[in-house]
Amino acid sequence: MSIFEYNGSALIAMVGKNCFAIASDRRLGVQLQTVATDFQRIYKIHDKLLIGLSGLATDAQTLYQRLVFRHKLYQLREERDMRPETFASLVSAILYEKRFGPYFCQPVIAGLSDEDKPFICTMDSIGAKELAKDFVVAGTASESLYGACEAMFKPDMEPEELFETVSQALLSSVDRDCLSGWGGHVYVVTPTEVKERILKGRMD
Amino acid sequence: MTKQQANWSPYDNNGGSCVAIAGADYCVIAADTRMSTGYSILTREYSKICKLADKSVMASSGFQADVKALQKLLAARHLIYQHQHNKQMSCPAMAQLLSNTLYYKRFFPYYSFNVLGGLDNEGKGCVFTYDAVGSYERVGYSSQGSGSTLIMPFLDNQLKSPSPLLLPAQDAVTPLSEAEAVDLVKTVFASATERDIYTGDKLEIVILNADGIRREYMELRKD
Amino acid sequence: MSKSVVDVPPKDGFSFDLCRRNAMLSDKGVKPPSYRKTGTTIVGLIFQDGVILGADTRATEGPIVCDKNCEKIHYMAPNIYCCGAGTAADTEAVTDMVSSQLQLHRYHTGRESRVVTALTLLKKHLFNYQGYVSAALVLGGVDITGPHLHTIYPHGSTDTLPFATMGSGSLAAMAIFESKYREGLTRNEGIQLVAEAICSGIFNDLGSGSNVDICVITKGHKEYLRNHLLPNPRTYVNAKGYSFSKKTEVLLTKITPLKEKVEVIEGGDAMEE
Repeated sequence: MSIFEYNGSALIAMVGKNCFAIASDRRLGVQLQTVATDFQRIYKIHDKLLIGLSGLATDAQTLYQRLVFRHKLYQLREERDMRPETFASLVSAILYEKRFGPYFCQPVIAGLSDEDKPFICTMDSIGAKELAKDFVVAGTASESLYGACEAMFKPDMEPEELFETVSQALLSSVDRDCLSGWGGHVYVVTPTEVKERILKGRMD
Repeated sequence: MTKQQANWSPYDNNGGSCVAIAGADYCVIAADTRMSTGYSILTREYSKICKLADKSVMASSGFQADVKALQKLLAARHLIYQHQHNKQMSCPAMAQLLSNTLYYKRFFPYYSFNVLGGLDNEGKGCVFTYDAVGSYERVGYSSQGSGSTLIMPFLDNQLKSPSPLLLPAQDAVTPLSEAEAVDLVKTVFASATERDIYTGDKLEIVILNADGIRREYMELRKD
Repeated sequence: MSKSVVDVPPKDGFSFDLCRRNAMLSDKGVKPPSYRKTGTTIVGLIFQDGVILGADTRATEGPIVCDKNCEKIHYMAPNIYCCGAGTAADTEAVTDMVSSQLQLHRYHTGRESRVVTALTLLKKHLFNYQGYVSAALVLGGVDITGPHLHTIYPHGSTDTLPFATMGSGSLAAMAIFESKYREGLTRNEGIQLVAEAICSGIFNDLGSGSNVDICVITKGHKEYLRNHLLPNPRTYVNAKGYSFSKKTEVLLTKITPLKEKVEVIEGGDAMEE
């Protein structure tokens, strides 16, 4: 049994036209036993930057606390928010520091960069950054998510269409994975607002 | 002293993916034509699809040597059936035969992941999906092989019929037309090829309907 | 306040504090995670005016392609570039680290960096970690002493060669080099040969794929041809696109308008006194 399959997770981030969407499932399990059906995997770092953490839930929470601490220090020193590219480098450095005893966590970072250009990236558990222009996925359902996104993705989608595509991809993929599911949590961020929606999915 | 483990395996995985979709009066079966081992390509033009009877076509991925042996056995059994009963085997009958043949080798299985597609006695499309030891189920669509985890969610999204627990009972058959089903298969393979290293080269599509059997080919990424 | 609560800025190098916990998990039968590798074909060759480096752009996680267009040719110095194969995080971290060290060295000495400097810094680091930092590199550049091309293995050994290949597609690429390489190639011939070698890796090795990146380094000048060749376009794109028969059911929607940035208007004389 792989350590990533202990809690189960599914994360996806997708780029649209001047907006991005980041979504996760809501199940928290201990191997095959479901323990929570409203677990939060996506956290807000600042208004225009969100990070989703998949993998072992305890490492995800610890890593989130460390990242929020580092970002607050940065805000105090620089008197501004961190750019998503800089934040991605910070996460990568923190993960690589633990190269030989890693956090069992795969982050998905999504934010609006300078001039509100959407930025998404994911990393493996030791910080190898992957910057994509279309979508990134992570979690136990990642293979299914790759297939669904590759088939459903279209470039330059408007926020409503992007939301529909991300939700359908997420729900179809987690239906094929027994360790993730119980609905979805989708954030669609445009330069003017953040829309957070909770989806109804199969409850099994 | 630690026990020495055998490091020769009688199995190898030649990769590849196959898909089958059943319609109201047609059945589409498709597979890629790449045969690989480890990180190398053995050939770019190997057909994984085999016609077992007039109305039954099987696509298999996995270990192609076992697949070849299985196809030979089924062809021989079909010939015997034709001599004894003076007619071709129907698709549901072939499905049962395949299941029994696989289970015969329960303790040294055929490393072969099959989908069987065809037309049943009423002319409706039928697809049967198998695991390596013969457990099978009649479904409206299925995929097997290295790309199946990438393909299934999208097929579910487009084709999944509502739950069989709902009343009135719904058919296990998709509402798409033949052209739409072929289009769906092409899209799904193009997507799987992008992300799965074992799928690619060429796509072979076999369409079975009342007029007979038709074959189509499409180029896929070769990298 | 106990030490574990305060997150002090870490000392240089790796931190091993989670190792005991991970070893305990491993004893309980939990498999360690697999890391992203760059299956890869990377090549380098020396031509009459300098060095040409080439790489494919696929990153794999087991049998799945996780990045179709990643950059494997890393910047080390204005006149030195390095291609990396092996564990992606290791190649990125090691090349970034040595690149920073070279920059500091340039400030210190006031001179252009030499390829052997980069080579020594890399091999020292890799040998120090006895091959656990799994980075296989092809390092190339042109400095005051001329063009140089080196390969570096994860355990720290190096070779100096006129043409070199590394990665899972190295055999396919080396086949092309061994049959067609000669000394004194021109720039265009060199680029074509490198592109051909990478394409051979792309089409014959399943761990390599997508596009060809090339970097040409000559005395005083470098050219990074990102996505020089794109031999693998997506084969089938449905013209209509797909519609979803069942719309997603939303349980709850929360909209947070983002704070507009407050504009400070020029012309406030009120505080002059």
